[in-house]
Amino acid sequence: MKHSFLDRYSDRDSLIHRLDPRTKFVAVFLYILALALTSLAVWPVFAVYFVLIAVLILLSRVPVLYILKRSLLIIPFVLLIAVFIPFFKGGDTFASFTVWTWHVSASYHGLQVLVTILVKAWLSILSLILLTSTTKITDLLRGLEQLRLPRVMVMILSFMYRYIFILTDEVLRMKQARDSRNFGGSRLWRIKTVGKMAGTLFIRSYERGERVYTAMAARGYDGQTRTLRQLNFGLSDLLFGAGFGLVVILTLIYNYWH
Amino acid sequence: MEEIIRIEDLTYSYPDGQRALTGINLAVHRGDSLAIIGPNGAGKSTLLLHLNGILRSEGLHVKVFSEPVTDKNLKEVRRRIGLVFQNPDDQLFSATVFDDVAFGPMNLGYSEAEVRQAVAAALAKVGMSGFEHRSSHHLSLGERKRIAIATILSMSPEVMVLDEPTSNLDPKGKWQLIDLLRALPVTRIIASHDLELVAALCRRVVILDGGRIAADDTAERVLNDKPRLEAHGLCRPAEIKSASESVTPFRG
Repeated sequence: MKHSFLDRYSDRDSLIHRLDPRTKFVAVFLYILALALTSLAVWPVFAVYFVLIAVLILLSRVPVLYILKRSLLIIPFVLLIAVFIPFFKGGDTFASFTVWTWHVSASYHGLQVLVTILVKAWLSILSLILLTSTTKITDLLRGLEQLRLPRVMVMILSFMYRYIFILTDEVLRMKQARDSRNFGGSRLWRIKTVGKMAGTLFIRSYERGERVYTAMAARGYDGQTRTLRQLNFGLSDLLFGAGFGLVVILTLIYNYWH
Repeated sequence: MEEIIRIEDLTYSYPDGQRALTGINLAVHRGDSLAIIGPNGAGKSTLLLHLNGILRSEGLHVKVFSEPVTDKNLKEVRRRIGLVFQNPDDQLFSATVFDDVAFGPMNLGYSEAEVRQAVAAALAKVGMSGFEHRSSHHLSLGERKRIAIATILSMSPEVMVLDEPTSNLDPKGKWQLIDLLRALPVTRIIASHDLELVAALCRRVVILDGGRIAADDTAERVLNDKPRLEAHGLCRPAEIKSASESVTPFRG
C-alpha cells in the first residue's frame, strides 16, 4: 500500500536541510526548553521566538502552508487540557456565565495563562515540524545515536518508524474486511467490534515481534547493539548553532532581567 | 561430499504440547539443492528453525558441520547457515536497507570497511545496488524479498535456508527470484509448496506431512509421482476438473 512519508520534504535541499541532524536536534531542544522557561505573557519575548522560527521556516523552503496545517493539529489537544484554566484562576473576571445551576466566571489572569500555553505549544510544534521536515528520520536517528541517546532507545524509535506503516496497513485491511461485511448495527455492538479489532491488532503485533526477534537472532543478534556511523559537523553547523543559541539565550536573559 | 547437516530422530513439540515434528532423519551434503515440500502446517518452518539453532532439541539430534549446536558455536552456525524468513516485513526491521543488510555483519564484529564491502557485494548479488538509503516500507514485495536475501548473503553463508521464497510473488517476480537463487553458489534448502520453483531449483525433494518425512528422493521421481503428491495435498486432485472441462451447469 502507498504511504505518505512521515518526513515529507526532507529530501529537499536548503541551508537548513544541510545542517547536521545533531545541530538541529540540539537547537530544537534548546528552543523548546527556552520556551518552557519563558514567563507568563511576555509578548516581546514570544515575538522574538516567533520571528526566529519563521525565518528558519522560510529559509528551509518547506511550503509554509504545509507547516501551518500540520501545526494546527496540536491545538485541540492543548485546548482540551488548558481550556478550563481561565475558570479556575482567581483575579479580575472578564466574563461570567450561568450554566444550569452553576455560576462560572473567567479571569483575565487565567486567560493570559491559557494564551501563553497555546503560544508555547504552537511555537514548540512549529520547531518540531521544521526539524522533521528538513531531516530524514534515519539521519535523525543516527544523530540521536551519536548524541549518546541509549542505543536501545534509538532502536525502539527505529522499530516504531519501520512498523508504524505495517500496522497502519493491518488496521486498514481489518477495516476493509469489516466494512465488506456490512458493519453496522447498534452503537454498543460497534464499540465492541472496534475493541476486538484493537485486541487482534495487539496480538498480531506481539506475534510479529516474536518473528522479528527470530529473524534478528538468525543473523547473530545477541542483545548487543553495534553501530558504525559518522556524520559531519561543519562550519555552517558551528555558525548556525552559535547564532541560534545566542538569540535564544539572549532572549531568555531579557525575559528574566526585564 | 562433506556432510553439513545431519538430523537424527528429531522430535519436537510446541510449548503447548502440540506435536510438530516426529522422528525426522535427514542428511544434507555440501552442494545439495534440497526442497522440503509439504502441505500447510506440515512442520516445514519448524524444521527449518532447527537448522540454525533458533529451536534446539535436547540431546544430539541435530548436528551441523558434524557438531551439535551449542551456545558456544551458535554464532558461527548462524553465520554459516543463513535463514531467510517467509515474510520480508519480519526480516527487514531497520529504517534503511543498508542498516538491514549490515545487521548480520555488524553482529559478527566485522570492521567498518568490511561491513560496507559486505553490504555492497550482497546488494549487487541480488541486483539491488543503489537502494542502500531507501526505507523497506517504500519498496515492492519483490524488492523486499531480494533485500531479505541480501541480509543473509552479507554474512557469506555456506548454506541458504529459505522459507517459501516465492509466496505472494507474481509470476515474473517469482521467476526473477528463481533465476537469482540459481546463480548463488551455495547449498540450498528450500521449504515450499510451489512445485514449479522446486522443479527449477532442486535436485532432491523431501516430502514432509504431519511432522513426518514421507518421501526423500530425487526431484524427478518425487515430482512425477502424481498419486503420491496428491496423497499429500501437493497437486490438483484428479476428481477436481478445471473450469473448461467442467460439465456442471451454472445454477444461478
